[in-house]
Amino acid sequence: MSQVTKERNETEENAQGWRAIVADWSTDREVFRHTHWGKAMMWIFLLSDTFIFSSFLISYMTMRASATMAWPDTAEVFALTIGGQSIPLILIAIMTFVLISSSGTMALAVNYGYRRNRKVTAALMFATALLGAAFVGMQAFEWTKLIEEGVRPWSNPMGAPQFGASFFMITGFHGLHVTCGVIMLLIVATLVLRGHYDRAGDYSAVEIAGLYWHFVDLVWVFIFAFFYLW
Amino acid sequence: MHDVSGEPQAVPAAHDEGQHHPIGLYLKVWGWLFVLSAMSYAVDYFQVQGITRWTLIIVFMLLKAGLIVSIFMHMAWERLSLIYAILVPPLVLLVLVRIMIVESNYTFWTRAIFFGGGG
Repeated sequence: MSQVTKERNETEENAQGWRAIVADWSTDREVFRHTHWGKAMMWIFLLSDTFIFSSFLISYMTMRASATMAWPDTAEVFALTIGGQSIPLILIAIMTFVLISSSGTMALAVNYGYRRNRKVTAALMFATALLGAAFVGMQAFEWTKLIEEGVRPWSNPMGAPQFGASFFMITGFHGLHVTCGVIMLLIVATLVLRGHYDRAGDYSAVEIAGLYWHFVDLVWVFIFAFFYLW
Repeated sequence: MHDVSGEPQAVPAAHDEGQHHPIGLYLKVWGWLFVLSAMSYAVDYFQVQGITRWTLIIVFMLLKAGLIVSIFMHMAWERLSLIYAILVPPLVLLVLVRIMIVESNYTFWTRAIFFGGGG
């Protein structure tokens, strides 16, 4: 490498703010060379997934805004009777807290991963997978309950027929993501426990798995707000 | 191959230099996410209606999303190039939202006027 190029590179490495962006994007090289490749790839995948979930939520918005029949009251539809008292939306609230807790344990797992604490990392990841499985279980319960009440993708007894289509598509696709996430977490956690990443000397896989898991939680934040609370 | 043990920073230093944060930070964010979720649930539980409801829901949602992306997903410590590459493109979705609001208004009125309010 010539002296000039070397000096130029060093200036770019230390650039800040907009200069850093221009330097990263303009030099006809890999833009994300400072980031672990797997992490950059996961972020780009998550960006594409953002567009998929956004399309679902926007089509839900379109269907709800164009429905001439009353939209079912989600507080009532998702109410549960506990101890003889009907509590509105309680199942969804519990699911939200379970998913947030799983995000918390995942964040801690990533942290312990970078501290090279193999056992705690694996334990936290298994806890995350367990909470994720609990979430999917509650979702299955919710689906069963609604199907028994006569909710179908094309009709339902509570009001606008578009409700069923939105519900099954949005929560179904999210549930699929959670299920895939649980499987991925189990695989990565097993590798952690076996010491695979200690031998490779790189715990980035834990953080990348974490990115996906936090994204699943992130999507739920939007579904919770727009579908269940709105 | 990298070292098997020790020197976690020996691997491409740039990518994980910012990812050693105190556990307390995560616990704090975790706590805040619980509080914010409880508050959005309270919006529904206490039957807040109208513009107040929608504002509160959106505010709590954005705060939660911000905490998850910036702290849990470590976006706050990434390079600006990555931050902008990931966070700017979704903004075009607002255009789609606008277009579909116009479209759904049209559909709604077409149904109301010509189909006698049928679903």
